[in-house]
Amino acid sequence: MSVEKPARYIGGEVNAVMKDKERVDIRFAMCFPDVYEIGMSHLGIQILYDMFNRRDDIWCERVYSPWNDLDQVMRERKIPLFALESQDPVKDFDFLGITIQYEMCYTNILQILDLSGIPLTAAERTDEHPFVIGGGPCTYNPEPLAEFFDLFYIGDGETVYFDLMDRYLEWKMSGAPREDFLRAAAQLPGIYVPSLYEVSYHEDGTIAAMEPRCPEAPRKVRKELVLDVTDTYYPEKPVVPFIQITQDRVVLEIQRGCIRGCRFCQAGMLYRPTREREIGMLKRTAHAMLKNTGYDEISLSSLSTSDYTHLGELVNFLIEEFGTRGIRISLPSLRIDAFSLDVMGRIQDIKKSSLTFAPEAGTQRMRDVINKGLTEEDILSGAGQAFDGGWSRVKLYFMLGLPGETEEDVKGIAHLAQKIAERYYDVPKEKRNGKCQITVSTSFFVPKPFTPFQWARMCTKEEFLDRAYVVNHEMKEQKNQKSIRYHWHEADVTVLEGVLARGDRRVGAVIRRAYEKGALFDSWTENFRNEIWEEAFEHCGVDPDFYTVRERAIDELFPWDFIDIGVTRSFLEREWKRAQEGVVTENCRIKCSGCGAASYGGGVCHEH
Amino acid sequence: MNIRVKFRKFGNLRFIGHLDTMRYFQKALRRAGLDVCYSEGFTPHMIMSFAQPLGVGLESDGEYMDIRVNSTPSSREAVRLLNEYGAEGMEVLSWRELPEGSKNAMSIVAAADYEVCFREGCETPAGWETRFATFLQRPEILVQKETKKKAVQEIDIRPWVYACELRGDLIFLTVSTGSVGNLKPELLLQAFAAQEKWELPLFALEIRRKELYADLGAEGVRKLIPLEKLGEEIG
Repeated sequence: MSVEKPARYIGGEVNAVMKDKERVDIRFAMCFPDVYEIGMSHLGIQILYDMFNRRDDIWCERVYSPWNDLDQVMRERKIPLFALESQDPVKDFDFLGITIQYEMCYTNILQILDLSGIPLTAAERTDEHPFVIGGGPCTYNPEPLAEFFDLFYIGDGETVYFDLMDRYLEWKMSGAPREDFLRAAAQLPGIYVPSLYEVSYHEDGTIAAMEPRCPEAPRKVRKELVLDVTDTYYPEKPVVPFIQITQDRVVLEIQRGCIRGCRFCQAGMLYRPTREREIGMLKRTAHAMLKNTGYDEISLSSLSTSDYTHLGELVNFLIEEFGTRGIRISLPSLRIDAFSLDVMGRIQDIKKSSLTFAPEAGTQRMRDVINKGLTEEDILSGAGQAFDGGWSRVKLYFMLGLPGETEEDVKGIAHLAQKIAERYYDVPKEKRNGKCQITVSTSFFVPKPFTPFQWARMCTKEEFLDRAYVVNHEMKEQKNQKSIRYHWHEADVTVLEGVLARGDRRVGAVIRRAYEKGALFDSWTENFRNEIWEEAFEHCGVDPDFYTVRERAIDELFPWDFIDIGVTRSFLEREWKRAQEGVVTENCRIKCSGCGAASYGGGVCHEH
Repeated sequence: MNIRVKFRKFGNLRFIGHLDTMRYFQKALRRAGLDVCYSEGFTPHMIMSFAQPLGVGLESDGEYMDIRVNSTPSSREAVRLLNEYGAEGMEVLSWRELPEGSKNAMSIVAAADYEVCFREGCETPAGWETRFATFLQRPEILVQKETKKKAVQEIDIRPWVYACELRGDLIFLTVSTGSVGNLKPELLLQAFAAQEKWELPLFALEIRRKELYADLGAEGVRKLIPLEKLGEEIG
């Protein structure tokens, strides 16, 4: 039997950390539950891997999902899942840490546990098993996964992991029962131990209460936040993969958080307040990372690169320092304006590159509803300057199914694409670079916890597809339709994402059932089988509509309300009302909107 | 100036394919701070070529790549640097300067040495060694080979076997390699197995490339020279 890309599983990459297992006290398996090429591209794990391995008494190793082919071999030959560095079974580790980046990886989490030989539910685990800890954005509603995890770490990993490890060592020495460690852990900020809480429901299925079962478990779990993002952990020697991965380059995170406050965006709320890294640290780190990896490309990473205060200086530094040495520079999520066009003209081939705009909605009215501070004028003038500068390819990203969306808003997507095309043909023919190519993509909107839209009703699959057909039809009516291409996203998978995103503990059984019936790698279109999930909902007696299309009362208690992210529920409620009125809210630098994140005592809230 | 680099590839790194091996060396050269020449343009590439791709799963003691550099430390220092900044399983053996106007390894590679054995646990019929020796005595060995256009063609591979010797359980082969006639050892062993009416399981063979050669002979007389011998040590 052959396994595709065996290099996914061999370890031994440059900068992978090897230690003597006899001389460490804690073995930590850090897992990204997707295939190697995706998991290795994730910055968060690289940061934590580096951080853990700085301690001599901890050896942190990596684990990724075996692809379907190896999965089958491992089941047939009863090979337990192993960590890449030591190739030792994960089952023998002290911790299995799983980063949970998107809802569609939930069945992969069960695969990891299953192949490791770890019982799927925390309740079945004994002293022989590792503690399974979850982290990452999906832990801001961990409830659908509550029964599968011993604990969750909510927030930035840089702050209390070492305290947690110290408590673990104390517990390990004491020989006390497993639950004692969990109770000790629950007292640390940011740590949530689901088994220590009881959830009760109203007759209509909504949550009545979530009560701690013991005094060690706090009523509210407060998100952890690293205030100083300069004097902190950052991997100067990230692992260099042998095979090409999705983000095959040095990644430099310039800031954490976003000042913009788009109402659909979960990351924009979760990572408040915005914190910038000092430019000196970024320059030094860029140098060290390029030298230590040998990569020929560096990419800046953040939610909104253009908002970084010293972007001009940083970009000039990178171009002057590395541009002449065959090192490419990539700048994702840049706002298109004179500055960014100048920079892009210096770092890429204009004829081959395309510009990206994310207006997210087709009309100004709708953009005001979602608080996307990008106007039609911004887009047309940005595109116009770009066309005058020689660009001819534009990518546009929109969402369909936003709260309060009308037919006019939907058709507006096609109209905006048309206006951009017209602007291109305003450029004199002799100066144009052939025909223009406008690629429009729409995704379907999924309301997420801790956003002003957490109350919103989500569309049904049929409503989503109808809107996509309206866009598609309207595109065909446009004068320059031949210059415009339109793609839309799958609807089935979006609906499921919606259930998992705002699900509660009762959804856990559905995930388990779907996994047992063969659902795996659900985020991979070619693997996603909706019929398995439909059967699982049916079998478990869980109605997916309850989580998606139901209208939620303003005072409904949500599964994730026990988490305190700094941003208050009253702020989110205020924003939800403003959205319905179509009133925009200024970004954090222009005017503080009193979201509550200032309680952390740093970042943009306390800039002078 | 042009440099010929010889390296070994072993252990788990036998699973690293040809393009990934190339990317591995691009990064290793940059980590080591060696002064390699780049092409022009928005996406400059290192000027680099490999003698002969090695199949995934094969180990080798004699792989080659040619690169162009602006300047170079001594051969010893360059080898030391590349190994210091390299991964276990990819060991650089030599770094030699090629004379001006030399052809690159890819265009002159003509033959290769291989060591082949049957993997542990693979059942071999009794007395196969003698029958294999007899098999090689045949004037022609016809095999079905898939051409690039996916058609099947019958070819005689016997002329491509330059030398073959059995040492215990090991088969030592010198075969034609490169653009003119390229014989993979498994093809020869499959032909033998077919004659024996013996089904060769997938992964039955452990194949290790030992050396790559240029042919400096004339008038039909072969004179095989290891590729590294065409370069000079830098002091």
